[in-house]
Amino acid sequence: MKRQMLALAASAFLALPGAALAQDKTKACFIYVGPIGDFGWSYQHHQGVLQLEEELGDTVETAYLESVPEGADAERAIERFARSGCDIIFTTSFGYMDPTNKVAGRFPDVKFEHATGYKREHPNVSTYNSRFYEGRYVQGVIAASLSKAGVAGYIASFPIPEVVMGINAFMLGAQSVNPDFKVKIVWANTWFDPGKEADAAKALIDQGVDIITQHTDSTAPMQVAAERGIKAFGQASDMIEFGPETQLTSIVDDWGPYYIRRVKAVQDGTWEQSDVWGGFAEGHVVMAPYANMPDEVKALAEETEEKIRSGEFHPFTGPINRQDGTPWLAAGEVADDATLLGMNFYVEGIDDQLPN
Amino acid sequence: MRIELVKRPQRSALFSMLSPFIALGLTLVAGAALFLALGKNPGEALYYYFVDPLHETWSLHELAVKAAPLILIAVGLSVCFRSNNWNIGAEGQFIIGAMAGSILPVMFPDFQSWVVLPLMLLLGVAGGAAYASIPAVLKARFNTSEILTSLMLVYVAQLFLDWMVRGPWRNPAGFNFPETRTFHAFATLPEIWPASGRAHWGFIFALLAALVLWFVMTRTLKGFEIRLLGQSPRAGRFAGFSREKMVLFSFLVSGGLAGLAGICEVSGAIGQLRPIISPGYGFTAIIIAFLGRLNPLGIVAAGLVLALTYLGGEAAQISVGLSDKVARVFQGMILFFVLACDTLIHYRIRLVAEPAVRGEGARADV
Repeated sequence: MKRQMLALAASAFLALPGAALAQDKTKACFIYVGPIGDFGWSYQHHQGVLQLEEELGDTVETAYLESVPEGADAERAIERFARSGCDIIFTTSFGYMDPTNKVAGRFPDVKFEHATGYKREHPNVSTYNSRFYEGRYVQGVIAASLSKAGVAGYIASFPIPEVVMGINAFMLGAQSVNPDFKVKIVWANTWFDPGKEADAAKALIDQGVDIITQHTDSTAPMQVAAERGIKAFGQASDMIEFGPETQLTSIVDDWGPYYIRRVKAVQDGTWEQSDVWGGFAEGHVVMAPYANMPDEVKALAEETEEKIRSGEFHPFTGPINRQDGTPWLAAGEVADDATLLGMNFYVEGIDDQLPN
Repeated sequence: MRIELVKRPQRSALFSMLSPFIALGLTLVAGAALFLALGKNPGEALYYYFVDPLHETWSLHELAVKAAPLILIAVGLSVCFRSNNWNIGAEGQFIIGAMAGSILPVMFPDFQSWVVLPLMLLLGVAGGAAYASIPAVLKARFNTSEILTSLMLVYVAQLFLDWMVRGPWRNPAGFNFPETRTFHAFATLPEIWPASGRAHWGFIFALLAALVLWFVMTRTLKGFEIRLLGQSPRAGRFAGFSREKMVLFSFLVSGGLAGLAGICEVSGAIGQLRPIISPGYGFTAIIIAFLGRLNPLGIVAAGLVLALTYLGGEAAQISVGLSDKVARVFQGMILFFVLACDTLIHYRIRLVAEPAVRGEGARADV
């Protein structure tokens, strides 16, 4: 009664909210850790949402919350979505893992999809991620083919397995072309901080690297590389407009196909818990058009990409030694996913200490 | 023409009371104008900001969750600010309190008993207070600026937490991700009324702290000492009060409460330590302390209002499509209007007609 009166009063005073939802629409809701304008991680998730809207048209309704801090606020944001009639909720950052599972336990009829995590404590929680290391391996191949100095600069975010795996894949790709290739790593300790990332890029260039790659989300390193006249790889989105003469390629996260597939599954009633780790083959990871490189390097890159896509080659195929020279994978042995997902060591040839 | 501020001989008691409400009203008007400029229906937007989060039980719980750390920190800060000590480092004391309180569940996860939680809370208070004592001692002994030292210690605390959860305290079963193990049941601050939502005892602590400090400030000699030393250190000295002891006392109180807020947040709301455990509560609490006019009871109200703007910001983002930045603009406007209203209570504006441009000669003898 009280609530009715309140609602009545509110609508009388404020001429209000005509949020009458069409019941047959599927409501898909998204939580982003950054602003949708970061041109990196959250931007790409939002691009996927736009694809979803385009593909499913009137049968889907979407909503999003951006810049939701990981921590106590995340649980509230997720719960708000669960209560506001969302049929499926995508939480797109690792730090939402426990809040997602907590809320999922309270709302068994809502589907939850958590990106980059590993906990599925309830049957209505799925996880999904992309094999970005496939793209990093291709980048390594390109870097070693082009670099005159034989040294690339790597702007890394945090020493978590995802990032360490990326560094290793880049190095393995580079070593396949030039066994003596070197990589200089700067830990920026941020996912998104254009100022810090630009400083890292400048420091690396001053140390003589002639190619830069990044595992942070802003376009700042690309812009610095463009100013200094060296080449660089983009991250998360196609950053070609920030370095038309600079970007060699970029690992583009394409979440659209996954979002379309999962929301359709909800509509068809076929949604089931799953743990998807997709790469080139699934269309999760897309290389931006190869540019600013000679044709033979481009051909090599395309060939490498195709081999990985077809499953003919896995970037983590032995023989591979750990950094200290002890053997990790024997010849022909392929790393299993569990090891990759928990990776906390470098492969041989990387001249850096993992911060610990 | 220039504008001068002239001190009023007396300030109006009525308007001193009314000023936060006037400020809030002005914020609403300015906010409505902002929404209109953004092409949104201002009535609808304001509804989602200030009414929608209040009419569901779970949402009221969330309000309590959000307000608890803000109020706890802000009431502590009010003691500091009243005594003219400028503790800007509550954010750091919050973090260190959370870490000190987490020692038991993180390092001794097998120690499971009902005494764990009380010990954690005590350690949290002790950690925050100890961390706050650093700028306090530096000020009392060496007369350093506590604004600078306390602020800089925030960054030290943030990086220390970051290092601990990535290194020594990392969850051994967590795939190397930067977080500690999750707290066991004995180390979790219980919910007040679990059937209806997840508000935890931190909110009760916040209300208790506000009541106790209100009593101390208004009804005890200690409160008189705090206010006297803040308003007139010279008079305080004549009364036999020690400025040095007050520096230490006020920092220990505010640091302890910030530490308690930290351990309550980690134990009650998050359930583990992560690289970032606070979206700037220690700084937002400064706004709240002033919005509540440095009165512990006013701070409770102010904390709830500011927490509401966070929740409302989300509701408006989902329902009206307003960016989350608007919520921050809103908070900024509240502070702006509160400070402006306060200024106008203490000062009046006088427009001074500038005399005609002076010649060179007139300036030469300056």
